Amino acid sequence: MSQIIQSARFSCALGAQQSILGIPRVVPIIHAGPGCSARQFQFLGGGAAYQGEGYCGGGQIPSTNSSQSEVVFGGEKKLATLIDSTLDIMDGDLYVVLAGCTAGIVGDDVAQVASDHSTKDKKVIGVDTAGFRGNNYKGHNLVVEGIIEQFVGDVDDEPEVEKGLVNVFSVIPYQNVNWRGDLEEIKRILEGIGLKVNILFGYGSRGASEWKKIPNAELNIVLSPWVGLGAAKLAQRKYETPYLHEPVLPVGLKATSAFLRRVGKELSLDSDRVNAFIKKEEDRYKKYFVSIGDLFSDLAAYLPYDAYVSGDDIYGLGSISFLENELGINVVKFYDTSDPGKLSQKIVNEALENIKEGLSEKTVFEADGAIIKNKIKDEIKERHNKALILGSSWEKGIAAETDSILIYQNNPVVDTVVVNRTYVGYNGGLRLIEDIYSGLFNKGVITNTTHGEDDKI
Amino acid sequence: MTQLNTEVEVRDRRLKSILSFSGKASELQEFSRQLKAPDKARTFTQCGDCAQMCAATICYHVRGAAVVVHAPMGCFATTPSTQEAINNSAKSRKVKPFNTQLICSNISEKETIYGGLKKLREAIDEAQNRFHPTAIFIQSSCAAGIVGDDIESVADEKQEELGIPIVPVYCEGFKSKIWSSGFDAGYHGILKRIVKKPEKKQEDLVNIFNFLGTDTFTPILKKIGLRPNYLVPLADVDTISRMTEAACSTHICETLGTYITDVLEKEYGVPKVHAPAPYGIKWTDAWYRELAKITGKSDIVENVIKSEHERIQPELEKLREELKGIKVYIYAGDSYAHNMGSIMADLGVEIVGITTLHHDMRTDGETIDHSTLQEMINVAGDIDKFTVCNKQPYEIIKVLKDTNPDVIIARHMNMTILAGKLGIPSLLEGEINISAGYDGILIMGRRIRDIVKAKGLLSTLKEYNQFPYTQKWLEDERLYI
Repeated sequence: MSQIIQSARFSCALGAQQSILGIPRVVPIIHAGPGCSARQFQFLGGGAAYQGEGYCGGGQIPSTNSSQSEVVFGGEKKLATLIDSTLDIMDGDLYVVLAGCTAGIVGDDVAQVASDHSTKDKKVIGVDTAGFRGNNYKGHNLVVEGIIEQFVGDVDDEPEVEKGLVNVFSVIPYQNVNWRGDLEEIKRILEGIGLKVNILFGYGSRGASEWKKIPNAELNIVLSPWVGLGAAKLAQRKYETPYLHEPVLPVGLKATSAFLRRVGKELSLDSDRVNAFIKKEEDRYKKYFVSIGDLFSDLAAYLPYDAYVSGDDIYGLGSISFLENELGINVVKFYDTSDPGKLSQKIVNEALENIKEGLSEKTVFEADGAIIKNKIKDEIKERHNKALILGSSWEKGIAAETDSILIYQNNPVVDTVVVNRTYVGYNGGLRLIEDIYSGLFNKGVITNTTHGEDDKI
Repeated sequence: MTQLNTEVEVRDRRLKSILSFSGKASELQEFSRQLKAPDKARTFTQCGDCAQMCAATICYHVRGAAVVVHAPMGCFATTPSTQEAINNSAKSRKVKPFNTQLICSNISEKETIYGGLKKLREAIDEAQNRFHPTAIFIQSSCAAGIVGDDIESVADEKQEELGIPIVPVYCEGFKSKIWSSGFDAGYHGILKRIVKKPEKKQEDLVNIFNFLGTDTFTPILKKIGLRPNYLVPLADVDTISRMTEAACSTHICETLGTYITDVLEKEYGVPKVHAPAPYGIKWTDAWYRELAKITGKSDIVENVIKSEHERIQPELEKLREELKGIKVYIYAGDSYAHNMGSIMADLGVEIVGITTLHHDMRTDGETIDHSTLQEMINVAGDIDKFTVCNKQPYEIIKVLKDTNPDVIIARHMNMTILAGKLGIPSLLEGEINISAGYDGILIMGRRIRDIVKAKGLLSTLKEYNQFPYTQKWLEDERLYI
């Protein structure tokens, strides 16, 4: 892979620095050139709908700012000094060293240096996330697996399995712009059916201590086609924890209820409890849905029934399923921007076919936002239908040009502020409905007396 | 073409730039005079910027040119804001906007083993096919630099093949601790591969080396019958190639502009305006006089200066009254911090401290007596709390708590948040041109007066925030370790 790229939809493996920042009170230590960390933050912080530096991100991130001498003589000594001083200055529960290109090429052993400089109270681990090893989807996987290997570690004998405890491996902090709200919703619905949830990232996570409990889970849930799958397999090898692979993120009523039932079945949960929660959620959801029925009915001629999805497969699959199965919107094209390897592409294609036959043929694996943008523009103009685009700020111009409704799901997002928005679960489905149909009024109010030429593209 | 070396020497060696100092401004000036400033390396460092980012401010915005970033994606991942910056800037310059033409060779593991030249050639071809550019910049990166990709030979080969300048820019992040070295690397490439000897001279044309700022220099120069040639952002390759036709060169900040203006003076005989950039009254006076001397306008310049002083006087006095008692901290530069110091002196606000992000002990083509640090001391007096520090919030948090300013003037993103978390409003000086000249002083005054309004919002931020620094560190008497 690694094609030439004009418009970036992801960063490099070092972007996993933002995944570390997604775990409360875990401090990244960057062993890389002087600008590497700031680059990640610009794209995955400010460029991700103005998610700021938070507790210890942005300009506060410790970094060796490696220079000529570290490249010539190796940078392990400088890293060692930085780790020691970081433990004195930055207040955290776990410290994760990430190696960038300079350290990666020179061959500094960051895991070893990290291990040598851990103290009794403060654990330091190290992961090689050199930028040339791949994008930040891969970097995220490396870091999650690295923390399990080096911090969660081996357990003596069999781990004590806690009944009803699950780990969730799902959306990527910052890369998936709604990740905070999404993880809150995923945790909420799983708790709703009686589970205890190690959500691992976001404000609902207890941070490092929660990661320590990973071996105690009864089940690992992977809510993503391929990101996080390696971690679940690793946990299966290390702790014999079974995993449930859900490649399609649950969005909306149908998918979420079905997902919860599968989880309930997998863990043999009390079906009355599961069903009671589902019923309560569905009742509420249906009332909201019906309340917007007037708009659907009155303005049926104005609604979008064509969709173009330009984003990663974590969000893409879930949104596509929701559009197709609940909103009756047909996906014309899915541009998968996450640059998955061949095996992962196979998982994505299979999941698409399970959503609806023929969807895999409408899917293109394309990582260059510039190419995607131009193709979508041509397709919309050719089909001449009102369109919905699930994409990024790169699509803003063509959405305006074709009078399409644009929903932001993936980076970069530079003209919207996201705080706790979610497009996942019951609440996320409703929020997505809210945002899609609000988009009808981008150019002003529609009334039943304005049927001008202008309304058609 | 000039006889310049393949690469320009980084500032660490060329200008003896340093990254740490704490003391009085006058002491730093004295150390600089002796080229012996005590630059004690930090054992704890937070992330900085790199040369490639500064080089991007030069190469990314050349009208009609393309840029190939020869790097893994992390060095390239930009957002549509890069395009928006051009759109907004073109509007405020009253010129046509244009599309950015940037691509990344996306170096992967394979290229770090077998070399990346094949991919670089492909990326250049792709840039040619997609954009049909008038020149192509190649930005190097840490990965390409360490692997040893011979970018120069590919540039030669492709320049021959495509018939347009292919400009290598050696801006590998690890090569210099001073990210401003990236400006020099960008200019150096331009000087080597684009700039030509003048065919004719344009006696009223003044090269202004700047960023993407507003067109404030047209009215400033018009007063003495001159016009600006804004370089390099937004200019096209032809304009850049003919910068040697100008009567003289100047800039909006010495840190940005002295390398190229010095080469233009020495190699092409384009005089450089030997005065600090026009920020603050006395600096602007001196700049006007120097400019007039070079262009033969000395006979009219004194009247201009006099009438300009009179013009701004009423509002300046009003602003001084309104700003009375306001304490300002400056966190920028190198030289831009000095520019700001010069303006603050005119506004009568108290400068409680200054941090420059590095310090060049030498300046290309300027004597130590006329360094902007000295020039600032001349107009603003000595600054008791003067530090040199490449961002480092763990250090500056102590400085800000100690000096307790009402407003911060900052040049860099990710730094204003430190002040914000302390409840202090910041002026983010992204747009530099608007602070130039006599009007720039008034504009700055109004902005400081208005930014104080952010205090309410930021006091909530302060209340809710928790810093990641240990109590032990915050109570430690040392500024940095």
